This record gives sequence, C-alpha cells and structure tokens, in this order.
Amino acid sequence: MSETGTGIGARVKRKEDQRFITGKGNYTDDINLPKQTYAYFVRSPHAHATIKSINTAKAKKMPGVVGVFTGEDVANDKLGGLICGWMIHSKDGSPMKAGPHPVLAQGKVRYVGDHVALVVAETKELAKAAAAAVSVTYAVLPHVVDVADAMKAKAPVHDVAPDNRVFNWSIGDEAATDAAFKNAAHVTKIDLVNNRLIPNAMEPRAAIGSYDTGTESYTLYTTSQNPHVARLVISAFHGLAPEHKLRVIAPDVGGGFGSKIFIYAEEVACVWASKHIGGRPIKWTAERSESFLADAHGRDHVTHAELATDANGIITGFKVHTKAAMGAYLSTFASCVPTYLYATLLSGQYAIPNIYAEVDAIYTNTAPVDAYRGAGRPEATYVVERIVETAARELKIDPAEFRRKNFVTAFPHQTPVIMCYDAGDYAAALDKALEMSEYSSFGERKSAAAKKGKLRGIGLSAYIEACGIAPSAAIGSLGAGVGLWESAEVRVNPVGTVEILTGSHSHGQGHETTFAQLVSDRLGVDINNVSIVHGDTDKVQFGMGTYGSRSGAVGMTAISKALDKIEAKAKKVAAAVMEASADDVEFKNGTFTVKGTDKKMAFGEVALSAYVAHKFNSAEIEPGLKEGAFHDPSNFVFPAGVHICEVEIDADTGVTEVVSYTAVDDFGNIINPMIVEGQVHGGIVQGIGQALAEGCVYDKDSGQLLTGSYMDYQMPRAADVPNFKLAFTCTPCPSNPLGMKGCGEAGAIASPAAVMNAVTDALGLRDVAMPATPQTVWKAMQPMKKAAE
Amino acid sequence: MENFNYIRPAKVADAAKAMKKAKDGKFMSGGMTLLPTMKQGLASPSDIIDLSGLKNSGVKVGSKSVTIQAGTIHADVAGSKDLKKAIPGLAKLAGGIGDPHVRHKGTIGGSVANNDPAADYPSACLALGATIHTSDRKLAADKFFTGMFSTALKDTEIVTAVEFPIPKKCGYAKFPNPASLYAMVGVFVAQLADGSVRVAVTGAGAGVFRVPEMEAALSKKFAASSLDGIAVKSKNLNSDMHASAEYRAHLITVMAKRAVDAAK
Ligand SMILES: Cc1cc2nc3c(=O)[nH]c(=O)nc-3n(C[C@H](O)[C@H](O)[C@H](O)COP(=O)(O)OP(=O)(O)OC[C@H]3O[C@@H](n4cnc5c(N)ncnc54)[C@H](O)[C@@H]3O)c2cc1C
Repeated sequence: MSETGTGIGARVKRKEDQRFITGKGNYTDDINLPKQTYAYFVRSPHAHATIKSINTAKAKKMPGVVGVFTGEDVANDKLGGLICGWMIHSKDGSPMKAGPHPVLAQGKVRYVGDHVALVVAETKELAKAAAAAVSVTYAVLPHVVDVADAMKAKAPVHDVAPDNRVFNWSIGDEAATDAAFKNAAHVTKIDLVNNRLIPNAMEPRAAIGSYDTGTESYTLYTTSQNPHVARLVISAFHGLAPEHKLRVIAPDVGGGFGSKIFIYAEEVACVWASKHIGGRPIKWTAERSESFLADAHGRDHVTHAELATDANGIITGFKVHTKAAMGAYLSTFASCVPTYLYATLLSGQYAIPNIYAEVDAIYTNTAPVDAYRGAGRPEATYVVERIVETAARELKIDPAEFRRKNFVTAFPHQTPVIMCYDAGDYAAALDKALEMSEYSSFGERKSAAAKKGKLRGIGLSAYIEACGIAPSAAIGSLGAGVGLWESAEVRVNPVGTVEILTGSHSHGQGHETTFAQLVSDRLGVDINNVSIVHGDTDKVQFGMGTYGSRSGAVGMTAISKALDKIEAKAKKVAAAVMEASADDVEFKNGTFTVKGTDKKMAFGEVALSAYVAHKFNSAEIEPGLKEGAFHDPSNFVFPAGVHICEVEIDADTGVTEVVSYTAVDDFGNIINPMIVEGQVHGGIVQGIGQALAEGCVYDKDSGQLLTGSYMDYQMPRAADVPNFKLAFTCTPCPSNPLGMKGCGEAGAIASPAAVMNAVTDALGLRDVAMPATPQTVWKAMQPMKKAAE
Repeated sequence: MENFNYIRPAKVADAAKAMKKAKDGKFMSGGMTLLPTMKQGLASPSDIIDLSGLKNSGVKVGSKSVTIQAGTIHADVAGSKDLKKAIPGLAKLAGGIGDPHVRHKGTIGGSVANNDPAADYPSACLALGATIHTSDRKLAADKFFTGMFSTALKDTEIVTAVEFPIPKKCGYAKFPNPASLYAMVGVFVAQLADGSVRVAVTGAGAGVFRVPEMEAALSKKFAASSLDGIAVKSKNLNSDMHASAEYRAHLITVMAKRAVDAAK
C-alpha cells in the first residue's frame, strides 16, 4: 500500500468531483423528459384526523391541470401500500403490528405532511395552485407526538395497535442479567433521550415517473440509494408491474444518509399516475419544507439503562429499556433499526457477560422514523458510552482506565447480544487517542479556561459498530425480508479499458474513485481507464445498494471476486496466445509473463486477444472477457475506535464550543485515506450537530412540526467545529479478502457521546439533554448557580 | 409564488408613483426578506417595485454624522474604512448580519423599513439616535420604529438614507439565534457626543426598545460593572423554543455588558 499512485491505499483525488463542483452532475431534477408534467402533493395540515371528504372537482378544472388523484384512485387501482421489510416479533411471539400505509391517504391522516392527494399539471406552479383548490374536510382526532405520551393516547395511530405499541421486543438473558445485578457491588443508572433528527440531504428527494404505452413498461428516475430494492418493492408489493416492465434509475444522488434508502409514497405515486395520464412523465421535486415534513426522520429514543459493576470496577451486567418512536407508519426498514441494528451493539467494546435489553417500538403522529447515518448504532453507542463514563465518574476511576479495564482483548469475542467481534485492538486506539488529545494535561487547560470564565470539559467515546451489512442467512433468520449480499460485473473492453457494474450506489461516497483504485491496483490499468456503472436496473445486475457502510466490505469484495475470475480467464487466454501452460503464467503490474521465459503480454493485449479470439480454441476457451460475482459476507465488520472531545462552555450564556476533537479509528485496510478522512469529518460534524444543535421538535398541543425550516432547525456549520485530529489504527478484517471494515457512519456513531460526556464533565452534571443548545445548557446550570450563591 | 408585475424605476418620485398605481405593491431592495415570504406564499404582491434602479448606495462620513444611502448592502457598510473609524460598532454590526450571501444582497433601507423584531440595524438606529430619511421627510428613530414589523412609513413612502450621529463611543453585542443567525438578543450601547448614553435592545421583544435603567447607570459610569444587578423584566419579552423570556432577560444584561466592554 502506498499513499501515492492510484492503487489501494493511495490518496487519489475524487474523480467525480470535477463534475459535481462545476455543476455538471446529472441529478434527477436535472433530467427533463418530453411531454413532462409536474406533481404537487396535497398534505395533511393535521397530526391526526379522519378524512370526511375530498372534493377535487374545482382543482380538476384549474388551468393546466392534467390529473388529480386521491386514495380512492389508489384503492380502485389496487395499488399496494408501503411496506416495512423486516418482521420483528414481540417477546410474547406475536408479530409486529404494522398499520396500513396507502400511497395516498385512505380514511385517515396520521401526521402533519401525510400525503393526501396528487395534483398533476403542466407546470409546477399550476400544480401547486390547483392543489390549493383541492378541498379536504377533516374531523380532527387527538394526537401524540412523543413516546412518553403515546402508550396512553386517546386515539391510537393505527387500530391494530390500540396502545400504540408496534412491538415489545427483547434480546439477551433476563434472568442471568438480573442475577448479575443482585451480586453487583455498584449499579449506575441513567435516563437518556436520543433526540429526533431530520436528515437534510443537500439534494431533496425527487422523481420522474413515466409509462411507455407501447412497451407497457414503467420507468422511474428517483433519488435512491438502492434502485433495485425500489424496483423489487414497487413491483412485488405495490404490484405496479413485474420487474422486467419496470426500470428504476437513480442517477447522481446528492446525499442520502439513509433517508433515500426507503420506498416513499411520492415516488411510487408519480410512476403509478403516469399511466393514468396517457404515459406522460410526471416530475416531482420536494421543496425543502417538504423534506423537513416528509423525509423519514432519525433516532428518537427514550432509554433507561443500568450498569452493574463488581468491587474491582469490572462490568458484570447491563440492562436497557428503550422506547423507540416509529412515527405514524412503519417505514421500509424502521423495525430493524431500534432492534437488530441497535441492541446487538450494547456490549460496546467491553466484555460484558450479561446483557438484557427490551425495546418498545411506538407509533406517534409524526413523520416516520427510519435509518439515519449509523441507524441504531449511534443510539447504542450513546447509551453505552454515556453510562460507562457515568459509572467511571461514580466509581472515581479515570474514565479512560475504566474503559481499558473492561475492554474485550481476545478475538473472536462472542457478545451476549448476537454479535461476534472478529478482530480489534481497542487499547491501541485508546492509547493513541489519549496521546494525540494530550489527555494527561487536560487539567492545565481546564484551569486556563476557568480564568477566562469558561467551563472546560473532556469526554471520551470508545465506540464499536457493526456494518458491512450483512450475512444474508443470518439476517433472514432474524426477520429480514431481503438478503444483503452484493453483486458486481467486470467488463473488460477489447482495448483493455474496464467497466465495473456494481449493485451498490454512490451518493457522496466516492465510489467512482475507490472502486477504480481497486481495479487499477489489481489489473494495473490506469485509473482513468476504469468507469463505474451503477444506479440503473436496466444496466446493472440485481444489487442491494448502499447504506450500512457496506459498499467497501461487501460491494468491493464482490468486485474483487469478479476480478479474480477475470484474472483466471485472462491467464488462460494469455497462456494460449503465448503457447504456455496456464499454470506457468504470472500476472503482475498489468503484465502477463511466462515463468522462466521472457515472453510477456500487456493486459490490454490479452483483452484484445480474448475478443478477437484468433489464437485459441473457442471450444475450450470462450471468447470475451467479462465476469460477474455475488458476494455474501460471512459476518458483519466491526470498525471501532476512540474519540475524545473537549468543549468550553461560556458560563454567562450557556454557549458550548467544541475546542478540540480527536478521532482514532480502526477501519481495517483503507483504500483511500483522503476519502476516509472525509467520511470521518462528515460523520463527526453530524454527531456534533446532533449533540449541540439539531433537534426536531413537534408541538405537543398542535402536532405541528416546529422545526420545519432552517430558521428553526439548526444544522452544524463549518464555524461550529474545530480542526479534527485524526489517526487510524489497523486490524485487518478477517472476513473479507481486502481486510476492510466500513467508515461511512463511524463519525456520527462515536461523536454524540464524546461531546455530551465533555459537556457533562464541564458542568459537573450527570446529564444534559441533546441538543445541548445554549438555552438548554443555561437552564441546566441554574441550579448550580443558585447553590453557589 | 404568484405572478406579479415588475417595475424598476430610476427615480424616487417614479417609484412612489408606481406604488400609488399598484393594487397591492411592494418595494423591493435586496429581496432578502421579501422574496422568502413570497416563496412561502405569505406575501403575494401585485407589483414589485425594485428600488435597485435608484442606485442609491454609499457611506458618507461627515464631521458630525454618517449618512448611509438606503440601497447600501450590509457588506459595504461592514467594509467601509471611513465608517470603521467613525462608528466602528455600526460597521461591526453590519458584518454580523446573516451570512455572506445575505450581506451582499440585503440593504440597510430594506432592513429598517422591514423592522423585523430580530433585525440588527434597528438597535443601532435607536441607540445612536439616527434619523431616517425618506422620500417625504426626516424621522427620528424613536418615532420611526413603532412595533413588530411596523414603522411610521406610509404606503408610498420610501426610505432613502439613514443618518447616524457620530458618538463618543459605541459597541454592539449580538447573541444570534443558533438556527437563523438573526439576533435572539442584540444590545447596542452608545455614548453620544453630548455624553448621554443610550441602550437599545433588539431580538428580545416585540420590537427594538431602550432600557432607561441601564442608560442611567451607564451615564454615571460607562463601565460594564455599572450594569451589575440591572435586568430587564422578562414579562414582555419574546419566548420561543430557542429562548424563553427569562433566558432572553438574562442575555440582555450579559450582552449589554459585552457591548460596553467592546465599545470604541
Ligand atoms: C438567511 C438570512 C439571514 C438573515 N440574518 C439577518 C440578521 O442576522 N440580522 C438582520 O438584521 N437581518 C438578517 N436578515 C435580513 C436581511 O438583513 C435583509 O436584508 C433585511 O431584513 C431586508 O433588507 P432587503 O434589502 O433584503 O429588503 P427587502 O427584502 O427587499 O424588503 C424588505 C421589506 O422592506 C420594504 N422595503 C425595502 N426597501 C425599502 C425602502 N427603501 N423603503 C421602504 N420600504 C422598503 C419591502 O417592501 C419589504 O417589505 C437575514 C435574511 C436572511 C435571508
């Protein structure tokens, strides 16, 4: 591995960036099809209401209106509803209670922004004007917006769940954990809220749906992280058309963070309705305020946790009870986020013999909640790292040493919550982070800050996460509706250039660069002679898409496997042309040589020979050079590391400033350190955002989204974060040939706990609610100030 | 956004005339406030009378006062070398409005005419005892700002300039709303040429207001410590998810002290 060049480990500049930063990207909204029309959605102004009637007559007569559709049309057409693709069973064995989620509301609306009617017109402005003329009569019902109130709600969100509980799920051995608590020398208790977040991808969701009346087939351009999954769901569950009659294209996509995994009503409605307007394409681009209202939100957990330790400060048991908001409907993967992506990580980096966790998933009259950068693992890390820090403080053990004492040190390590950690060196990351953050001299910095009227605090977060999702059979046994392998096809052109068709999808990750680096490394081909094709179900074989930091460990492994086959085939061709035995042919740096001779052929020459097929027997060797592979991982991968944050709080105003941030991560082998650093930066900033700034607020009384724009929803800004100190440790991942783990989510997983441990350290408090905005911190300080007076 | 007629007159009188003719006209300067409200459907004027054709931009420093033309963008106020010498607190205020995009479109005339309760300029106008020049008359700041988003301007009246007396010293301290970056509490403190002190608060109430108790204390001694123990009552202050009235009341004193410390 070398940081220069274009192979694995090189800091290659992103090939795609020139196009993106000069405005030459090709996003869904950039695409315009002949005879295109425009969609606008009528949305519910109420958090919960019965629809008494919908009158579309006036809207249909408005200028430029092409069609107006409601839930009745959807029902008449037998268009299936939105689904949740992961079955969770409650402790008592009953299946989760999934309420109906029609593409356009039928009978009821369940959150502010719920999709009620679709208006299609010649321009967006005309569609919007006509939407205002759709008259809907509602009978308002009582609503609930947070999990605390939801289980005693007056009117359940769905009749199937009278107490608003979707499921009551558990993991771990309750009796053994209770016994550990009985024998504990000390028990630490904590109550935590993991605040609800709104994703805010730079590109809002968009779609163009069209129907070809000749071929009787549909095409959907959409902002998707996984176009094949979208096609499968729209075909198999919505029943729109069989898969070979539906093409889904996800062109350039401007950020997703999970929010573009899901199959949403708006996109389905556009492609469905196209047939009803004679096949004219229907374009919809969400306005930013629609993104706030109707993208799936993230997090929203309320948790009580208890940690048992023995007299030596060794953790003996961990008990967690979480109430997880699902919003008004179960989104595509909502159910697995607070269960298998969450509670399976509650062992953290620690050897905890007994863990028991219970999760109540709860409907509220809010936008659906689903996977958001980290999906379950940030929530787990937040609980583990906040309680571990709190326990250390209670036990008066240095928080770093308390962690070290309890680290898993032998691998593989089977936790009590399913996961089997395959490799890691947690102490190495801790040591490095302590050194880089100058942990030992923190006291001096604290005193210096106090002289300026600032409260300085330090906080650690030793996170672990499971990504590279996921072994298909294992997740199938846990209720997943899909397998999570990945596919690749390598097409070598006759001139030796290479096309990679991948089932993963890049929406900011830089696959066009990193995947090409792998090819350049393996085949010795110039990186500019490699192109990456993704995001089109008509071009690319079935694939599962990008989320859960899987495109490296799973997606690139599939490419690597296909490259193995290419190499084997090319060796046969080279052997035939050079009149040698295939066993004697060696391939290095893009050149085939015959052992013990000076015969050699460049990769491009072999490719051409494969295609002209003049020099070998086509009965023995097939012409051409193209291979495919599917890779199903044998385990998750387990990135881990230690992040250390220092904050200074202005005692007069409550303003928290992140003054120092160190991150040491073990991502196994790294393809492109520059891109990985970028992923870490972005993740940390998102986590700082969650900790200090971002908080989605619904008004309890009205059910309205109060943080519906950037006037009230605070995104982190460049000026809000310091320069990060980053380093990597490396224990190669044993479960894939490249030794890679995943880096896309780690920053967002680790950082909220690091920041909040620093904030609570600065204030000398057990807890401060996220986001620790100036007002929240100021309020938290008041009792201390009173006591001091 | 609804359709509208667009007019870009070159003379103040023509602008006023166009407004008289319009069914429901609106003047536009930088459009930084007007356009977002139109996009949200909160305003749908029949006519937009764009004042950028008046080309009235510039900062002129005289011996006793500074006159800033209404069409001057915030970035030009912030960057004016002469102003930085004459009234540094005012230049600093302009440099802290919104973000670079906003500072390169938004104007002082638009800002004072709009009188957003969270805008920065009104505090400077009130604390410095500015005079607002309009197409029809000259108005003292004390008379000009009449409440939340309301001013003494008549429908066809156009702000043409704002004239600020040069103080002995002044300072501005802003606590921005963490999301919008508008003032959640902004305090402008000025010691005027005659030695009197004025303190104006923005962001905290229904509109910009003065704090007589603080003015009295600072008139005796212009030092942050003079404000110890002086707090504005929270009763009539704004309260929202970002800051309760109590928090705002607390911040007023903190920001007032910082403004005094920063005064130059
Ligand atoms: C993201 C963002 C952040 C902002 N942050 C801040 C901030 O931190 N502090 C702050 O103070 N402001 C802030 N603003 C507001 C900004 O300063 C605007 O520039 C200002 O409020 C209005 O000025 P304008 O020139 O854009 O006026 P316009 O939007 O064009 O007009 C505003 C109103 O004033 C009227 N008007 C305009 N010019 C005149 C005139 N000459 N005579 C009579 N009436 C007139 C218009 O009819 C309209 O009603 C922010 C705006 C944005 C979009």
